[in-house]
Amino acid sequence: MIVAIVSLTLLGLALGFALGFAAKRFAVAQDAGLAAIEALMPGTNCGQCGYAGCAGAAAAIARAEAPPTICPPGGKALVEALAKRLGFSVDVASLTEPDPKIASVDEEICIGCCRCLKVCPTDAIIGAPKQIHNVLREACTGCAQCLDRCPTEAIKMTPIPLTLQHWVWPKPVLNGTLGVMS
Amino acid sequence: MSEYAILLVTTALVNNVVLVKFLGLCPFMGVSKSLEGALGMGLATTFVITLASAATWMLEHWLLAPFDLHFLRLLTFILVIAATVQFVEMVVKKSAPALYQTLGIYLPLITTNCAVLGVALLNVMEKATFTKSLVAGFGSALGFTLVLLMFAGMRERLALAQIPAAFAGAPIGFVLASLLSLAFMGFSGLNFR
Amino acid sequence: MRARAFFARDKVPWGVHPHDHKRPAADVATRTLPLPERLYVPLQQHIGAPARPVVMAGKKVYKGQLIAEAQGPTSAAVHAPTSGRVHAIGEITAPHPSGLAMTAIIIESDGEDEWIDSSPCRDPFALPPEEIATRIAAAGIVGLGGATFPAALKLASAHKAKIHTLILNGCECEPYLSCDDRLMRDAADEIVAGIRLMMRATGAQQALIGIEENKPEAIAAMRAATHHSPAVEVRVVPARYPMGSEKHLFSMLMGREIPADCRTTDLGALVHNVGTAHAVYQAICAGHPLVERLLTVHGAAVAHPGNLWVPIGALVSDVFAFAGLLGEPARLVMGGPMMGVQLPHMQVPVIKGTSGLLALSAEEIGSTSPSSCIRCASCVRACPVGLLPLEMAARIKAGKLTAAVDFGLKDCLACGCCTFVCPAHIPLVHYFLHAKNELAARARTELRLEATKRLAAARKERLEREAKEKAEAAARRKAERMAQKAALHRSSEEATV
Repeated sequence: MIVAIVSLTLLGLALGFALGFAAKRFAVAQDAGLAAIEALMPGTNCGQCGYAGCAGAAAAIARAEAPPTICPPGGKALVEALAKRLGFSVDVASLTEPDPKIASVDEEICIGCCRCLKVCPTDAIIGAPKQIHNVLREACTGCAQCLDRCPTEAIKMTPIPLTLQHWVWPKPVLNGTLGVMS
Repeated sequence: MSEYAILLVTTALVNNVVLVKFLGLCPFMGVSKSLEGALGMGLATTFVITLASAATWMLEHWLLAPFDLHFLRLLTFILVIAATVQFVEMVVKKSAPALYQTLGIYLPLITTNCAVLGVALLNVMEKATFTKSLVAGFGSALGFTLVLLMFAGMRERLALAQIPAAFAGAPIGFVLASLLSLAFMGFSGLNFR
Repeated sequence: MRARAFFARDKVPWGVHPHDHKRPAADVATRTLPLPERLYVPLQQHIGAPARPVVMAGKKVYKGQLIAEAQGPTSAAVHAPTSGRVHAIGEITAPHPSGLAMTAIIIESDGEDEWIDSSPCRDPFALPPEEIATRIAAAGIVGLGGATFPAALKLASAHKAKIHTLILNGCECEPYLSCDDRLMRDAADEIVAGIRLMMRATGAQQALIGIEENKPEAIAAMRAATHHSPAVEVRVVPARYPMGSEKHLFSMLMGREIPADCRTTDLGALVHNVGTAHAVYQAICAGHPLVERLLTVHGAAVAHPGNLWVPIGALVSDVFAFAGLLGEPARLVMGGPMMGVQLPHMQVPVIKGTSGLLALSAEEIGSTSPSSCIRCASCVRACPVGLLPLEMAARIKAGKLTAAVDFGLKDCLACGCCTFVCPAHIPLVHYFLHAKNELAARARTELRLEATKRLAAARKERLEREAKEKAEAAARRKAERMAQKAALHRSSEEATV
């Protein structure tokens, strides 16, 4: 009886000390993974995900508080990269991206106040005081930060027009017996 | 030497942990969706079972047998295996980050896996020597990895097949596992004499 | 003949051999489409950047006048297909499976069909190679086999790569189509002249014309035309789809396979269509840019099938109105039945790459309701590049596109052989097109993400620089003020002294 209690206690103590020692001796900084995730993010700090910038979103993803799909500008490409980095599998094909929208300036209403171009995280709006502004379609990420800045509501979010170069063949839809089977 | 070879084949195929002894079914069903994951799990399990075989042999022969504490076997085995695996995980994480990438996420999953404990207990029951229990542990783990890889490969094919909705997912996996188990029964007649 | 053809076919281990349906359309004399009232000339009829219009609405143009110039390195010029007035620069449905609109210059014909003053070259074979390529580029010639890659660029890159052989593609392996066949019968001498010009432009020492065995008249005509040109040789190849694929024609004629990541120019050969050779002749010897092309009108729903000279920009409805329709066609196809584009309606313009217009009846299309894959591997035997279509399609269906790429999706020609032979009617090639487009779209988002990162970094740097400049300016101003103050102080001190 006594032997059992003593030996179990000693065993527990020895193992406990060994683990405690290892935890101190072999401690690894947790930030390495976080930095890698942050490097994958767009870095515009646009705030579309609802977190404080890309660093905040990266931290949330690393803590598994946020899904890897929260970044609209990153899209499927970012989800795939994150999945590879974090070692989980995700069915990218089943993800539906909301129609990407970009800002456009209504030339009739724009007064050339320059307020919108100061907040744009990618410098996608060009313009000068008292000149009508314009949005560079290729650079806009659709973060909508400029939307509230406009005093005349000249900025609208419009869907990116579908062109021949961007069109994607739809996946074949099978009906009949196959539909029942799958 | 041939004795060890026979032991290796026996533990890996004839007395396969998963398909004949039905141990370690949780990782067998859980981590067999992709070959990559199955390989990581298999390697991690091989590592842990071999390590645990050695650790438990020492525990049995240096502590439990001399002090006649056989009733504490289950308790101490779990304690020692769990602690060893945790310790090794920390060391690997620090010293070999690349290895940790492949094994790391599986190591904590299998610390007290029934296959690990089962192999350790079987070794004790067989009254194996230290080398023999080490070989038996390694062989069992090899068998586990082999079966896991086979199963994962088949499930990857199954994911592409058209399966009736009622069978999709785990049910067809169990059907497949039972067929695989039947196939492994073919090894039971293997005679080395 | 039949037995020889059978054995010859046996040597080709890939592809399919559909009924070619080329006759009787191929034997009907070539006709010319009466000039339509309006022509819709798209700015993008080639691979690369769309051309930039150089005319304005209301302007008078002559036939062959440049109306849109090439823009960027990969592009092609567009010329007025007839004389008349530019009605507008508007939109027209593109000959594309999406049915989206594209920009076109709309020309109202004046019925005169008056050529712009052109300068036919007296001695075209005295021109230096660069000049030939320049003239071909100026004539807006693109590959007329259907790929529509700017021809001059191909010739220039082949010249740089020092190719030794020019391969002329007269296979026309697509069923129904016979425009190349007809062109070789009608204008063999012009084609050979075009070939010799292209040889001069590329520096090739020999030219091989590959013609499928099912076109004996074209073979005879081309043999007669090449009689005096020893460097140009006609080679008969087995009738097998897709013999017209440049890699397959190359390996058939040269006896060498092309590695997956190589082009024919890497192995010393350039492949061009015979139609392109004819267009080159027209551009250099007659001074006529590419404003019309020969195309096949065919299908069971066409009353008078045959080959027509059609101005670029004529609507499909104009062509079918001329050729006549027997009832409502079940499907309209631009190009061949294997790789052609299904058209949403007839208000679509003919472009440089249009080799045929098919109005197919319901019987010709047949049943297409797909059933389950039975793993018969018919598609594996048919695949001309040796892929496993069934495995790729299963992975794409499960959404595993990268797994499909591991099975060689990038090498897929989208030739349609697998879909053609599939006994379960699985739309295999449709899966591959979807996967290719989807992967391209992902690559685009990735590029966009990269660009966004760069822009964000540039902005951060700009803001920092501006803040620094502002601080420096403020410091400088402060220093100046201090200096002024000090000077003032000194002067006042001096004054008091």
